[in-house]
Amino acid sequence: MKTRLGDLERAVMDVLWEQTEPMTVREVGRALADRDLAHTTVMTVLDRLAKKGVVRRTRDGRAWRYRPAASRETFISEMMLDALGQTGDRDAALAAFVRSMSGPEAEVLRRLLAENHGETGRSRM
Amino acid sequence: MVVAALLTTIAGGCLLAARRLLRAQWPSRGPHVAVVAWQALGLAWGISTIGALLAFGLAPYGQGVLHGLTALAQDAAANGLRLDVLSEGRFAATQVAALVAAVGLTLVLLWGLAISFIQVVRTRRRHRALLELVAHDHPELPGTRVLDHPAAAAYCLPGVLNPQIVISAGALEVLDRRELAAVLAHEHAHLRQRHDLVLLPFSSLKRAFPRIRFMERCYNAVALLIEMCADDHARRHHSPRELATALVRFGTAGGTTVPAGAMAVIPNEQQPEVLARVSRLLNPVELSRRASATVLTGSASLMAATLTLWHLPL
Repeated sequence: MKTRLGDLERAVMDVLWEQTEPMTVREVGRALADRDLAHTTVMTVLDRLAKKGVVRRTRDGRAWRYRPAASRETFISEMMLDALGQTGDRDAALAAFVRSMSGPEAEVLRRLLAENHGETGRSRM
Repeated sequence: MVVAALLTTIAGGCLLAARRLLRAQWPSRGPHVAVVAWQALGLAWGISTIGALLAFGLAPYGQGVLHGLTALAQDAAANGLRLDVLSEGRFAATQVAALVAAVGLTLVLLWGLAISFIQVVRTRRRHRALLELVAHDHPELPGTRVLDHPAAAAYCLPGVLNPQIVISAGALEVLDRRELAAVLAHEHAHLRQRHDLVLLPFSSLKRAFPRIRFMERCYNAVALLIEMCADDHARRHHSPRELATALVRFGTAGGTTVPAGAMAVIPNEQQPEVLARVSRLLNPVELSRRASATVLTGSASLMAATLTLWHLPL
């Protein structure tokens, strides 16, 4: 059951990442038509993703619209920074093979992350 | 009072020993033994410092630390806050201060541990959730997740139910098959031996005393030793040269796309650590059996002495 849910979350995120506009539950369900999902199932998955902080939702009339909290690349950058001990808490306990890479590389990563955060920040306003 | 003096001596001795251990050369030859020594020093320091304060503060009962605490509890149960010893004027202000300090130190240490633990759990939960969404399985290595990122990284996500090893696309690019196998063996060692739990008390000490550089240096030393332990484990089944090559490749990978001027924005203080690991892989020297035995016996005696002093009714 757990793997099925994880699989669905992944599929839903892939759909959201492909679109530029925020989507309603119905639209997400339609994009995943080949899976033949119940409306409530899609809603549950989106709700879970919102709780995890990876999607954001906004009111649009009577429906909610969902969009990714950040791009896939931003999430990956965040994880890399975590893993390489470049975030605030170095002891985040993700034991990396080599804890930190060379300064310039980390700087590039950091800048990428900052830029992406800037974009999501602006589009929210 | 004898107990208080002895415990104070032990606490001071632990700090001196830790200072010497930071500078010593032998830990890189026997990282497992050195980690045990660090654990004993850290634990004995905490227990002896709190014990010394309690022994001094509870001196009016004349029963040592543990029995003194019992006496204090009985006294409080019988007389409330107007303690027997207090009304007799046997409690000096310094002794009350010592008791308050003992309770304070205990709380600070426990607080640091709790905060560290919560932080770790939170970071890992989020990381795991993101991993589910963006990583994919390695086609040939079951249980290894791949992150599509050009920088080289390999790490593990410890956990009881679902420990995972993650490797970046950049790392897969710079490593050949055998080097990759060595790196994965290193990460497996972290997961199997729960190195994250070994490190947790030291990260909580660092958190409890954020202004004290010394704590951070101790933490860094233990973190490096743990990496060396995992290196040693990987070395059993893989050639040390492959592991060393992998380390060097990680250190130098992906530097070509860096814009000019970005250089040295962050001083790379890890470089000496990588160097230390590489050089000991290439020229392995093991700690002698006798030296190991001495360190282990010393650590055990230190713990035994500290705990015994807590029990002595002096």
